[in-house]
Amino acid sequence: MTFSSGDLLLVLPELLVVLAACTVLAVEPLLAPPQRDGLAWLSLGTLAVCMGLIASRIGHRAEAFGGLVTIDDYGSFWKLLLCFVAGLTVLLSYSYLKEERLHIGEYYAFVLLALSGMMVMVSATDLLTIYLGTELMSLSLYVMAGLKRSEPRSLEASAKYFVLGAFSSGIMLYGVSLLYGATGSTRLTVIGSAIANTGSDAPLPLVATVLLAAGFGFKLALVPFHMWTPDVYQGAPTSVTAFMAVASKAASFGAFLRVFLEGLGGLKTDWSVLLLVLCVATLVLGNSVALVQTNIKRMLAYSSIAHAGYAMIGVVAAGWAAEGGRDAASVASVLLYIAVYVFMTFGAFAVVAMLRKGDVEGEEIEDFTGLAKRHPLGAFMMLVFMVSLAGIPPTAGFIGKFYVFMSAVEAGLAWLAVIALIFAVVSAYYYLRVVLVMYMREPTEGTETSPRLVLSPTLSIVLACAIAGVVMLGLYPSPLVSLATQAVRALQ
Amino acid sequence: MEQLVFGYFAGVIAVAAVLVVALRNPVYSVLSLLVMFFHVAGLYITLHAEFLAAVQIIVYAGAILVLYLFVLMLLNIKQDDRYHRQWRTAAALCLPLFLELLVLFAGADPEAIDPLAAAPMNSGEDNTRAIGLTLFSTYLFPFEVASLILLVAMIGAIVLAKRGIGGQGA
Repeated sequence: MTFSSGDLLLVLPELLVVLAACTVLAVEPLLAPPQRDGLAWLSLGTLAVCMGLIASRIGHRAEAFGGLVTIDDYGSFWKLLLCFVAGLTVLLSYSYLKEERLHIGEYYAFVLLALSGMMVMVSATDLLTIYLGTELMSLSLYVMAGLKRSEPRSLEASAKYFVLGAFSSGIMLYGVSLLYGATGSTRLTVIGSAIANTGSDAPLPLVATVLLAAGFGFKLALVPFHMWTPDVYQGAPTSVTAFMAVASKAASFGAFLRVFLEGLGGLKTDWSVLLLVLCVATLVLGNSVALVQTNIKRMLAYSSIAHAGYAMIGVVAAGWAAEGGRDAASVASVLLYIAVYVFMTFGAFAVVAMLRKGDVEGEEIEDFTGLAKRHPLGAFMMLVFMVSLAGIPPTAGFIGKFYVFMSAVEAGLAWLAVIALIFAVVSAYYYLRVVLVMYMREPTEGTETSPRLVLSPTLSIVLACAIAGVVMLGLYPSPLVSLATQAVRALQ
Repeated sequence: MEQLVFGYFAGVIAVAAVLVVALRNPVYSVLSLLVMFFHVAGLYITLHAEFLAAVQIIVYAGAILVLYLFVLMLLNIKQDDRYHRQWRTAAALCLPLFLELLVLFAGADPEAIDPLAAAPMNSGEDNTRAIGLTLFSTYLFPFEVASLILLVAMIGAIVLAKRGIGGQGA
């Protein structure tokens, strides 16, 4: 089995991203510090070209490298989303890094390398390749979490993320090796047909499923594998947190769904029970612990845990549903939910990144006191993101929750939808508390370092994109719904 | 005979692996890790994978273990009792899991699983050549991704360790 140049053309977007990353690394030391801004624009340009390339491939299906990589609509959906998020991250970082005086040219290279890992994850149809993509993404994120080296918390976040991430990779690899032992292949399609032949009561694939669920659980921050999330999200630079919370979760869901539906689809009845337990635990714990947080980044971290739980409802529903029929709609609801989550969470983190108290970052929820008086527009944007995160119409968050809950009801899991709904109401409390602090509370006089919002043109673009996504998808979701449905159809 | 050899290697691997976490002196832990690595290499040889066995000894027993020892001596840790108090909890958690695993495997129908069905082993072939060919043809893509991982690890280590960049250190 050899490869042809056609294979290289198929992975051209990935190659371009890697090439841009290497160019950034090579050129950065040659440039004088003021010229290094150009690196951000180089990254942005590459991402735009990649998005164009990926979009032009929608509707086609091709296999590259002997079936290790598949270019299909499912992969393209995630890759478009991930490239978009990476573009927003570059824009956000451009002003955030200046504000924090973090002049590290390698930063953009790490964003691009992490992105290439994510793109490999979502388009690979082979467990080994998926694992390597996950490692490429994680390793870049470990470094990025520790880039604010003057702050011990950032280094602690990096170390903690690294140790727990390595541990979870080990568990995932153990699962992969058991599956290889049971089926003789790491290809998802081969594994799928082998499991279909042996029946669903063979123990090795079952143990492997549990281990894979635990490994992916770490990456998705599902309870009880969530312990690293708040510390890492709080300690990492905010632009990195936004990227981690959004892109790494989206990519992990992309790979997770492919592995569990294409490879382990025959064990649906077994893993749907397992994931149901994880899903309920995540919803309950994520939302309840978020209630008592005073730090906005920790609060958003627990909220991102809870949102992984909401998205997981769709996965459980897909596994729970009877053979054939409605499970495609359930999977599409997961894609839709993550796409919506991307916009609102990135927007919220962008507002947090621009909030400054004196010379340092304002991270406490109290720092938002009276923001509506000083920055009406910024406060209003935060209001929209919070309302959307809480899932109140007419924002996109409502649409996402609506489709996920519908898929649960149609799969016969109405009680799960009810639990999720109850906790969505609970979550409204902590989201709207931020709004309350911004709008209802007067800033106390004599606070010499009153928090302010730092605006810059690039940040405005980020916020405009996020808010446009939240509002447009809330009012007119059908293009995204049809795109998600088309993407899911590519899954076997 | 084959069973006996496998039993020896597997048994020593298991015991040495437990000792790595159970011994109180970190240097002894590292040394039992060394014993484990050698026996894993032995297991590879019984599977006719001489190249893997050699790599196992050169990379793990050689390079990585020396690195561990170096770090241990740099940090000068003589005894670390912080985690040994938790052994009861760990045992209480691991024992049921281990038993469950045994029960699951005992209930397996050995005919149903055909281990490594798709990967027949021709012992006559030069397996260094076979690995090289597979790595650079079938698994070229994952191989290149792995090279990127090494790039990230290298640059990441430099960026995090270099003085005089970032924050107030600038």
